[in-house]
Amino acid sequence: MTIAPSLSRQQPAASVHPGPLLKVEDLSIEFGPKGTAVRVVEGVSFTIDTGAAVGIVGESGSGKSMTSLAVMGLIPSPPGRIATGRILFEGVDLLGLPRSRMPEIRGRDIAMIFQEPMSSLNPVMTIGDQIGEAIKLHQKMGREERRQRVVELLKLVGIPDPERRLGAYPHQFSGGMRQRVMIAMAVACNPKLLIADEPTTALDVTIQAQVLELMHKIRRTLNTTILLISHDLGVIADICERVIVMYAGKVVEDADVKTIFRSPKHPYTRGLLQSIPRLKDENTRLYQIPGMVPLPGTIKQGCPFFPRCPDRIDKCARETPPLLEITPQQKAACWVSAGATS
Amino acid sequence: MLYRLADAIPTIWLVLTLVFIAMRILPGDPAIAALGDGALPEQLAEFREKMGLNVPIWQQYFNFLIGTLTLDFGKSYMNGAPVLDLIARNLPYTIQLTVAAMILGTVIGIPFGVLAAVKRGKLPDSGMRIFSLVGYAVPDFYLGALFLIGFALNLRWFPINGAGSGFFDILHHLFLPALTLALVKAAFIGRLTRTSVLEVLGKDYVRTARAKGARENRVIYRHALRNALLPLATGMGLSLLATLSGSVAVELVFNRPGIGRLLIQSITERDYGVIQGGVVVFALMVVFVNLMMDLLYVVIDPRIRVK
Repeated sequence: MTIAPSLSRQQPAASVHPGPLLKVEDLSIEFGPKGTAVRVVEGVSFTIDTGAAVGIVGESGSGKSMTSLAVMGLIPSPPGRIATGRILFEGVDLLGLPRSRMPEIRGRDIAMIFQEPMSSLNPVMTIGDQIGEAIKLHQKMGREERRQRVVELLKLVGIPDPERRLGAYPHQFSGGMRQRVMIAMAVACNPKLLIADEPTTALDVTIQAQVLELMHKIRRTLNTTILLISHDLGVIADICERVIVMYAGKVVEDADVKTIFRSPKHPYTRGLLQSIPRLKDENTRLYQIPGMVPLPGTIKQGCPFFPRCPDRIDKCARETPPLLEITPQQKAACWVSAGATS
Repeated sequence: MLYRLADAIPTIWLVLTLVFIAMRILPGDPAIAALGDGALPEQLAEFREKMGLNVPIWQQYFNFLIGTLTLDFGKSYMNGAPVLDLIARNLPYTIQLTVAAMILGTVIGIPFGVLAAVKRGKLPDSGMRIFSLVGYAVPDFYLGALFLIGFALNLRWFPINGAGSGFFDILHHLFLPALTLALVKAAFIGRLTRTSVLEVLGKDYVRTARAKGARENRVIYRHALRNALLPLATGMGLSLLATLSGSVAVELVFNRPGIGRLLIQSITERDYGVIQGGVVVFALMVVFVNLMMDLLYVVIDPRIRVK
C-alpha cells in the first residue's frame, strides 16, 4: 500500500482531545409545525471513541438516518428541527455553533456516504471535479497537486485507470463504482469521523461485499472513526465492534457486537437476530417480529415495543424504560432484562 | 444534426402550404388593393399577369414552392421591390429586438427565480409571484404603449420611433421595446426557474454537496442551477418563439422597422409575395431556434452527448 502514507500526510495528527470523539446526549428531532410536531428521534444518547467503528441498526423509520443527519447538521429544516440535546464533537457542541461554521466541519472533520449512489452524484459534473471540490473546499492546494490527489483517492477506492476516469460523468459508472466515488469524495480530506448511511443497501450482493471490504481498507489505511448506519446486522457485524439498536426513535440496546450476538438483552434485538436467514436450517420459516413499527407520535406511554413484545409485563405498558445498564458492556431499554417482574 | 435539419423540411412545407391557402381564402383582391378602387379592368388584368396571378391556383402554388426553394419570393405588389430585399432590410431589426429581449429577460428572470426558490414563502417569493402574475396578464402591446407614453413621450428619456443608427443610438432605440418584451419573458422565466430550482434543491446530490462542506451559494449556483437549467432550456426555447411573435406587436407600437411590421403591413395590403416570404422567414427562425435548443441541451447535459 504505497498510497496510505501520502494520504495521511495531508493532515497532521489531530490535537488529542480527551474523551470520546463524538458524544450525542439526549438528542430529540421533531418534524412538522410546533405544537403538532412529531418526534422521530427521542432522547438518543451514545458515544463514539476515536478509532472505533460503531453501527446503528434499526428498521426504516427507527430514526437512525435522522440521527446521522443531525450529526452532519443536515436535517432538512423546515420541516425538521432538533428539539433537545447536544452533539459534542471533540468536546464542542455542534448544535451551539453558528450556522456558518458547520460547512467548515462537514467534509473536513465529519464526512458522510449516502445510501443512493445513483442519485447522490451531480449528473452534470465530472467525478474528478466532484472529488476535487471536496478537497478545494477545505485545503489550499494547487491545481496539479489536487489532480494528483484525486487520482490517488480513486486508486485507493479501487477505480481502474483513474487518470482517464477523472473526466468521466457519473452516468458512465455502475452503481458499485459510483459508491466508490462517493467514498473517495468522503475521505478526500481524511475526516476524523466517517458516517456511512446504508452504504451497501442499494447494491448487488457481490458488490456489497466489495464495498464492505473497501470500508475495512479505509479504516486500516486512514484510521478513520466510522459510524455505520444499516438495517442489516450482518453488515454491521462485519465492520463494527459496537452496535446501537434503535427502535421507534429511541436507542433500545447498546453493546459490543459479540455480546449482542451471544446474549441480546432487548426483545427487539432478539427478534432482529432471529430474523437473519441462516444456512443451516433452510427448511424452517424465517422468524418475523409480529406487528409493525408504530408510527411516530402514536406511542404516548410505556415502552414503544410493548405492542409487539413477547416478554412484556404490566410495567412496560405504564412506564417507558430508559437505557439501563445490564452489564458494564451492555445497556438495554427493557424492564424485564433489568430484572423487573411485574 | 443533418438528420434534424431534414426533419424540419416537412414542417416548413406545411407552414408554406397553410399560408398559401390562408391568403387565398381571405377576401380581398391584391390587384385592387395595389391599384386602388378606381383602377380600370385592363390595368387590373395587366397587373395580374405581371404578378403571376392569372394562372390557375394550383400553378400559383407550384410556382410559389419553386420560388421558395430558390429563395425567390417575387416582387412586392406595392412598390415592386424584390421581397428578398425587403426581408433582408427588415430582418436585422427583428433579430436585434428578439436577442436583446431574450438577454434582458434571462438576466432579470433567472436571478429572481433563484431568489424566490431559495427564499421560498418569504417576501422575495411573494414579490416574484405578483410580478409574474402581472407579467402574464398584461399584454405586451399595452405595456409597450405605457412605456412609450411614460418614458418616451412625457419624460423624453427615449426616442419615440425608429431604430437608430450607430451602436449607442441603436441601443437607445432598442431599450424600451426590448424591455417590453423582456418583462413578459422574465415573468415566465422567473416562474420556471423557481419551480426548477426548488425541485433540484431536494435532490440527493445537493445534499452530497452540502455534506462536502459547500456553502449555500456554491450549492445553489454550482450544483443546483446547472441541473435546473435542463428543464429551463425547453421553456426558454418556447419563450424565444413567443418573443418572435410578440415582436410583431411591439414593432408596431414603437414604430420600429422589422419583419413583424412588414408582415402586418403586407397583410392589410394583400401583398402575397411579401407575406409568404415573411412567413417563410419566421418558420425558418422557429426551426433554427429549435435546433439551437437541441444543441444547448448537449452542452448542458453530458448524458445526452453522443459517445
